[in-house]
Amino acid sequence: MLLLAEQVLNGLQYGMMLFLMAAGLTLVFGVMGLINLAHGSLYMVGAFACAAVAAATGSFWLGLAASLAAAAALGAMVEIVVIRRLYSRDHLDQVLATFALILVFSEGTRWLFGSFPLYLSLPPVLSGAMTLPGGLVYPAFRLAIIFIGAMVAVGLFWLIGRTRLGIRIRAGEADREMIAALGVDIAKLYTMVFALGAALAGLAGALVGSVQSVQVGMGEPVLILAFVVIVIGGIGSIRGALIGALLVGMTDTLGKALLPGLFARFMEASAATSVGSALASMLIYVLMALVLIWRPTGLYGARA
Amino acid sequence: MSEPILVLSHLSKSFGALQATDDVSLDLRPGEIHALIGPNGAGKSTLIKQIAGEIRPDSGSVTFEGQAIDDLGPADRARLGLARSFQVSSVVPGFTVLQNVMLAVQGASGASFRFFRPALSDRNLTAPALFHIQQSGLEGRAAVKAADLAHGERRRLEIAMALAMRPRAFLLDEPMAGMGTEGARDLTAILEELKVEAPILLVEHDMDAVFALADRISVLVYGRVIATGTVDEIRANPEVRRSYLGEEA
Amino acid sequence: MRLTGAVPNFLVFAALIAVAVIADLTGNPYIVTLATKVAIFGLAGVGLNLALGYGGLVSFGHAAFFGLGGYVAAILASHAASGAPVVTFPFTMMGTNEMLAIWPFAILVAGFAALVIGALSLRTTGVYFIMVTLAFAQMLYYFAISWPTYGGEDGLSFYVRNTFSGANTFAPLQFFGICAAVLGITMILVALLTQSRFGLALRAAKENETRVIASGIKPFAIRLTAFVLSGMVAGLAGALFADLNRFVSPAMLSWHMSGEIMIFVILGGVGRLAGPVAGAAVFIALEYLLGPVSDHWQALLGLMLILIVLFAPKGLMGLALGRRGHV
Repeated sequence: MLLLAEQVLNGLQYGMMLFLMAAGLTLVFGVMGLINLAHGSLYMVGAFACAAVAAATGSFWLGLAASLAAAAALGAMVEIVVIRRLYSRDHLDQVLATFALILVFSEGTRWLFGSFPLYLSLPPVLSGAMTLPGGLVYPAFRLAIIFIGAMVAVGLFWLIGRTRLGIRIRAGEADREMIAALGVDIAKLYTMVFALGAALAGLAGALVGSVQSVQVGMGEPVLILAFVVIVIGGIGSIRGALIGALLVGMTDTLGKALLPGLFARFMEASAATSVGSALASMLIYVLMALVLIWRPTGLYGARA
Repeated sequence: MSEPILVLSHLSKSFGALQATDDVSLDLRPGEIHALIGPNGAGKSTLIKQIAGEIRPDSGSVTFEGQAIDDLGPADRARLGLARSFQVSSVVPGFTVLQNVMLAVQGASGASFRFFRPALSDRNLTAPALFHIQQSGLEGRAAVKAADLAHGERRRLEIAMALAMRPRAFLLDEPMAGMGTEGARDLTAILEELKVEAPILLVEHDMDAVFALADRISVLVYGRVIATGTVDEIRANPEVRRSYLGEEA
Repeated sequence: MRLTGAVPNFLVFAALIAVAVIADLTGNPYIVTLATKVAIFGLAGVGLNLALGYGGLVSFGHAAFFGLGGYVAAILASHAASGAPVVTFPFTMMGTNEMLAIWPFAILVAGFAALVIGALSLRTTGVYFIMVTLAFAQMLYYFAISWPTYGGEDGLSFYVRNTFSGANTFAPLQFFGICAAVLGITMILVALLTQSRFGLALRAAKENETRVIASGIKPFAIRLTAFVLSGMVAGLAGALFADLNRFVSPAMLSWHMSGEIMIFVILGGVGRLAGPVAGAAVFIALEYLLGPVSDHWQALLGLMLILIVLFAPKGLMGLALGRRGHV
């Protein structure tokens, strides 16, 4: 039972991390109609910024701040130089140009930091484990990720639903000319939205980099999972991103934890492990296919 | 009186609180132009879309040549001979006039899964296409890209495509929209010719054209048919005068 | 097909053959191998172009079909070497190392995968379609990594290139000839296809779906057929690629591969018959020329791609031909 609870928490933590990635993607698509493959690069840049600053200053917290700042700044810069020229283009051009950005960022990072993975050390307050009610001992850092993800979700709902910026974002989503006619500087608004999404991706990168390793290419698998998340949730919907992220996080974690054991009940052990893990790796895509059959525009997507 | 070709019985459709179509029953008989008029937002386009199969009614039924077609999608209805034109002209812009009409001939023939023979050398496509191009007054324009056509010519191209569908009935959604007086007069003549091919359910804003062309008129207000009758009956109908013509005059 | 359209396509193909023949005569087998790579990647691109260029279906998952074709070739070849049957149930199937026997399997398996993936993905449009095709390809990628029977993450080698009766497949020029012939025949078939009734409906559906429906044609069936044919061509290219390297790995299924195939198409010019071949040639030439200059040549490639997207959206063939000669 404790084992299951632990896996559920792992799934929750994974889901929250995916949410940080997916939120920016879905926001940028919802508001600007842009598909951004380079979102994973911003995740990577956040992780490297955190690792570099933490190593230079000895402070993890400064590193975390640097990850937000670096990803946001890079995001804003890329938006101004390249991305804003793509809003009026078709998705094919957007895919190609942002794919090209990945090549530039990956090679650029490799040139700066080399190919060897970097490791971050956690501050003492986060490196221990906490005993939860019920007796489960769980790493504090993972709990922190869950907490941060939840705070970001609350913050985004508040931002979109309650603030002037949110009103502008929603208006920009609905009608580009309308909001421009109202005198809002749409170019600046778009840059801000893009930078916000970038900062969230950078934060996710720094957090994950702290428990795993920091290396070139780390953003790509996460990017594709984030795509699965927003396809399930419905593109453009923050709520969909949250629900989708938790579904994907849970399905993947529990599938990988439970399937091999399940197969072992009626199969020989080593075969069960390989079949189980192979199937577990496909589980979230099966989930996506099922959602698509049921609702082609995702759980919270605009109905066609 | 001969059997109607198209019968709508008790069609209703609502979008949330908006009742776009409210228990509409009407029919289209052989040889006639049946015009559908009404103020903006009366639900004319929604009704056309339900007949064409693009949206499903909440209740009610559409019968075409004696067959209930409620379960058919728009492509299947088109194949049966329910030829449709659009409010905003809809052609394939990158294709020539000829290729556009060939597409319609091909659709009506039901044979799109032929992979090797060049379509442009397929006389089963080109011959009827060229005939309908001429019929719609576009002779000499077959090789022009649809994107380069003038607005009126594009309307004619749509007519040619509708003709190429071997139509049993036409659904024409504001074919005169955006045409000059001259063009509208030309098109009036073409509609008279089309009527010989198959009856026309015509949605139109140009009242002069409607009163000149239509054999019968139905007036749609807030999704309801408030009157159906000949031109004279409609002109004389007090309810129509009050709720519709009165506002325009 | 109009002549103005056919000539540039023919020139691209002829140039590829000329490069390979001259390189062979002057004793540069490595260049012949590069030309072979161009023919194979070009073939994959011609396949993708059928869906992407003519059908407007932006598939970001064609590595799935490319990789499946490759794995089919490698699995059949490795079983032929070991003598163990590929499957014993419901029937016994042995491996083979004859290309003419391998290709139909590669095409069928890739086509079947394209049927399943296409039937699901084509329920969506636009950006959903891009992401969904990407995700399904990624599913196969992770499956290949975690399935240990055929090498898992390490991939699968077979030491002897498969045979083609009447040819010595180990002679670089002869293997190039096989690949170029497959490419040439495929290009002719695709040219016919795009001008046929089917091609008319496919291209019309790209530009105006509503009109196609109003003409009584169901776009879904047309698109799914194009997607399956497109996947089959990519699968055949994958089988050839496996033979070129005598090795397959999950990298063939990765999204970088999908991205590269897409780059060949766009670099050359979307919806141009020989565009993907020209695109693959430029890509491989850049890799060959810039690779030794800088370890970070991909950054240069990225910058160049961005410039092309921003300033030459019709691709290189479009740039070279201006507005003329669009097939």
